[in-house]
Amino acid sequence: MSCAAGGGLVARLVAGGLIVFAATSAIAQSDEVNVYTYREQKLIQPLFDAFTKDTGIKVNVISASSGLEQRIATEGANSPADVLLTVDIGRLQDAVNLGITQPIKSETLDKVVPPQYRDPAGNWYGVSLRARIVYASKERVPQTAITYEELADPKWKGKICIRSGQYIYNNALFAAYIARHGEAKAEEWLKAVKANLAQKPSGGDREVARDIAAGKCDIGVANTYYWALMLNREAERKPWAEATKVVLATFADGGTHMNVSGVVLAKHSPNKANAVKLIEWLVGEHAQHMYADMNYEYPIRSGVAVNPTIAGYGTLKPDSLPIAKIADHKKAAANLVDKVGFDN
Amino acid sequence: MSPLDNTTARAMASPRPLRLISRRTATYAVVLAVAGLVLAPIVSIVVTAWRGDAELWPHLAAYVLPVAFRDTALLLLGVAAITGTVGVGTAWLVTTYRFPFRNALLWLLPLPLATPTYIVAYVYVDLFDALGFAQRMLQAVFGIASPATWLINVRSLPGAIFVIGFVLYPYVYLSARALFQMQSAPLIEAARILGATRWRLIRDVALPLARPALAVGLSLALLETLNDIGASEYLGVRTVTLSVFTTWLNRSSLPGAAQISCFMLAIVMALVMLERHGRRRRGYGIPAQDARMTAPIVLHGSTAWLATFVCAVPVVIGFALPAGYLLHATLARGLLSGFDPALGRHAIVTVALAAAATAVTILLGLIIATAWQFARGRLMAACSNVASLGYAIPGTVLALGLLAPLVLVDEALNAMVRLFGGAGIGLLLAGSAAALVIAYVIRFLAISIGLMRAGFARITRDFDDAARLLGAGPAALARTIHLPLLRPAVWGAALLVFVDCLKELPATLLLRPLNVETLATYVYQFATRGDFEEGALAALLIVAAGVLPIMHMTGIADAAMAPDVEASSA
Repeated sequence: MSCAAGGGLVARLVAGGLIVFAATSAIAQSDEVNVYTYREQKLIQPLFDAFTKDTGIKVNVISASSGLEQRIATEGANSPADVLLTVDIGRLQDAVNLGITQPIKSETLDKVVPPQYRDPAGNWYGVSLRARIVYASKERVPQTAITYEELADPKWKGKICIRSGQYIYNNALFAAYIARHGEAKAEEWLKAVKANLAQKPSGGDREVARDIAAGKCDIGVANTYYWALMLNREAERKPWAEATKVVLATFADGGTHMNVSGVVLAKHSPNKANAVKLIEWLVGEHAQHMYADMNYEYPIRSGVAVNPTIAGYGTLKPDSLPIAKIADHKKAAANLVDKVGFDN
Repeated sequence: MSPLDNTTARAMASPRPLRLISRRTATYAVVLAVAGLVLAPIVSIVVTAWRGDAELWPHLAAYVLPVAFRDTALLLLGVAAITGTVGVGTAWLVTTYRFPFRNALLWLLPLPLATPTYIVAYVYVDLFDALGFAQRMLQAVFGIASPATWLINVRSLPGAIFVIGFVLYPYVYLSARALFQMQSAPLIEAARILGATRWRLIRDVALPLARPALAVGLSLALLETLNDIGASEYLGVRTVTLSVFTTWLNRSSLPGAAQISCFMLAIVMALVMLERHGRRRRGYGIPAQDARMTAPIVLHGSTAWLATFVCAVPVVIGFALPAGYLLHATLARGLLSGFDPALGRHAIVTVALAAAATAVTILLGLIIATAWQFARGRLMAACSNVASLGYAIPGTVLALGLLAPLVLVDEALNAMVRLFGGAGIGLLLAGSAAALVIAYVIRFLAISIGLMRAGFARITRDFDDAARLLGAGPAALARTIHLPLLRPAVWGAALLVFVDCLKELPATLLLRPLNVETLATYVYQFATRGDFEEGALAALLIVAAGVLPIMHMTGIADAAMAPDVEASSA
C-alpha cells in the first residue's frame, strides 16, 4: 500500500505545483515588460534595473544561448514575449524570417540608430556595436594595421588562431567577406586562411589571446571587448591581454567589420507600449553609457564616449556595408566553412 | 527465504478480482499515456523534419556528416572505454575487497556525477592548456622551457574523451556496483575454489553476470555524451549533435536539423536493440536461496594500497580537481563576500524542480518496469521502449520538439476557458515550470526504467513462482517481493535522475519561464562569455546539492544489502 500512498502524495504534490506554476506563467500586466534575451542576464540586469528605476516598469527575463526566436514562434499568439534582444545580426534576421516581429515605428530610434545598423523595414534595430578584429603578439608582430584579406597571406602560415568557423561572430565576418567579394573569392580566401591556422579551431575568443601569449600563434581573430575584460576585470587572464595588442583590422577597401547586438519587437507583444519604451530607453544616453563602460562595447548613439581602454585601440573606421546585407549571406558563409573543412 | 505462514498465504490468495482488474487497467492506461507523452516531442520533430529542405542533404553528406560521424564514433568509443574500465573496475574492487579508505571511496566514487561536464572541460583547459597552472609548475619546478609539448592538448578529441570519460564513469560504476552487490555468492566461491585467478573471476564470472547493468550504465554514459554540446564545442570536437545545432542556427534550417536528429535517433535505437538482441534468452537471475553477498576479501600490504590508489585516481580527476579549482576561483574572485543574493533563490528553485521531476520519474519508471515484467506482451514492450526514447534526444532538440505539443494543449485550454466566458489564461503549460518538469521526466525516464528493469532481471523467477503457487496476485507480488528487492535499483535511479535534473542545461535554457533561473543556467551565462570562474560558486552549489543525496543514497543502498552480509558470515 505504501506504493499507492506514495502515488497519492506525488499526485497531490504535482497538482499543488501546477497551481503554483500557473501563477508564475505570465499574462499581460500593465506595468511590466517581458524580455527574451541572448545577452546573459547578469550582463543585462543592471540595464533593466536602471530602466525600472527610471520608469517604474518591471522587466521579466528569460535568457538563453539559442532557440529563443523558435520558442516565440511556437508559442504563437499566446506568447508572453514583448522584446527579443540578440548579440548578433544572424538571430535578428532569423526572427524576421520566422515572422515573429513587427515594425517598431519610433522616431526616436530612427533618429538615434544610423541606417546601416537597422532594418530598412523597421523590424529590428541595433543597440550596441562590437567589432571583430585581430589580436596580435606585441613581441612578434610589429605591424600596427592589417586587412582581413591579408589573413590569407602565406606569410602567416601556421601563425593564426581562431575559434570555430561556425561560431556566430565568425559566421558574420565570413558573411561580410562574401558580401564584399562574392562567394568564389570568399571560398579561396577562407581556404587560404585555413591553411594558415596554427591549430584546429577550438576554444573561445579569450583562448586566442592565450594561445598568442603562449607562443602557439602570432595573430588571431576576436571581438574587441574580450581584450578589455581580460585586462581590467580578470586578474588571472591579464597576462594574456598584456602579451597581445588589438589591431583594428579592416577590409582592403573598406572599414572594420561590425556586428550589432540588436532588438526586436515581438509580433504578439502583450505589453507593446512598455516594450517600445524599453527599446527607446536602451538607445538613450544612460543605457548607452552603461553599454560602453560595463560591456566595453561601441555605443550606437553618437556623442556617447567609448571606454578609455577601447579608445586605446585607435580610431575605429566602421565598414560601410549595411548590417542587413551581411545577414543575407549567413547561410552561404556556414556552407563555405563546411566546404573548405575550416573546423576539421 | 522464510516460509510464508498461512495467514499471509491466505491474504495473498484472497480473491479481489474487481480491484485487480481496475488496477491492471489503470496501469495499462498510465503506461500508454507515458509512451504518448514521450512520443509527442518525437512526433513533433518528425513532422518538422518532414517539411523538407532536401537541397541541404548533398551538402551535409559531402562536407559535414562524414567528419561528424567519425568524430562522434571515436568520442563514443573512447568514452565507452574509459567509463567501462573505470566504472566496472572500481565497482568490482570496492564490492569484492576491503582495503584502506574503502568506505570513504564508496561514496567518493560517484561524486564526479555532480559536476557538469562542460564545467570540467573549462577547468581542465585552464589548468593544463598553454600558460595554465600545470605548465607553469613544470616550468618552475623542472625548468622545462616549453612544457606545452610535454602535456596532452586538452582542446582535442583525446582531451574530450578524457574529460567526459572521467565525469561520466559513475553511471557505469553505480549500475555495476548495484549488480555486484546482488551477485551470486556461490558462483564466485565455486570459481575461487576451482582456482580462478582474480582476473579470470572478473572476466568469466563477474563481467558476464554484470552485462545487463553494464549495458544500462554504458548506454546512459554514451547518450549523455551524445547530449553534450558545451564540452565538445569548447574542446573542438565536431560531433553530430553540434552539426544539428549549426544546421539549425547557421544554415537556418530547422527541418534539416530535425532530419539529422531523426537519423541520430534511429542509429541509437538500432544500437540499443542490437545489444538487447545479443543477450536475449539468457537468464541473469540469481537462484532464490543464493541471493546473498560474497564475504569480502581483505587485502593487505602494497596490494591493498594499490587498490586504494586505483579507486582514488578517478575521484581526483573527475571530482576533487575540478571542485578544488572551483573553490579556488570562488575565493580568488571574492564570490562569497560579494554573494549574489539571487543565488539562494536559484538554488531552491533548482532543487524543487529536480525533486518534483525525480518523484514523478521514479514512480512512472516503477509502474512501467512492473507492467513490462508481468504483461510481457508486445504492446507493453513497445511502450516501455518508447518511454525510454527521451534520453536519446539531445536536450535542445527535445525542448524544441516539446514546445509545440505543450502549446497545442495550452491553446485547447484557452479555447475551453473562453467558451465558458473566461479571459485568456496564457500559456499554462508551455509558459510555466510545468514545461520543465515534463521535459525532465521525458528526458530521464530511460534511467528510471532502465535501472528498474535491470533490477527486475536480477530477481529470479523462483520468488515469483513460489509466491504465485501460494496464490499471490501481481500486486501482492510487487509489494511483498519486488519492491523490497528493487530498493537499491530505485534509490540508484532516484539518485541519477535527481543529479541529472540538477545539472540539466539545454532543455532548461529553452523551456524555463520568465524570471526563473536554475543553478545550471546561472553558471552557463558566464561560461558562454568565456568567464566561467564568475559562476564558480553556483557550480559548487550544484556539486553540493548533488553530493548530499549521493552520500545518503550510497548509505541506503549498502544498508539494503547489509542483512545478506550478515547471513553469509553467519
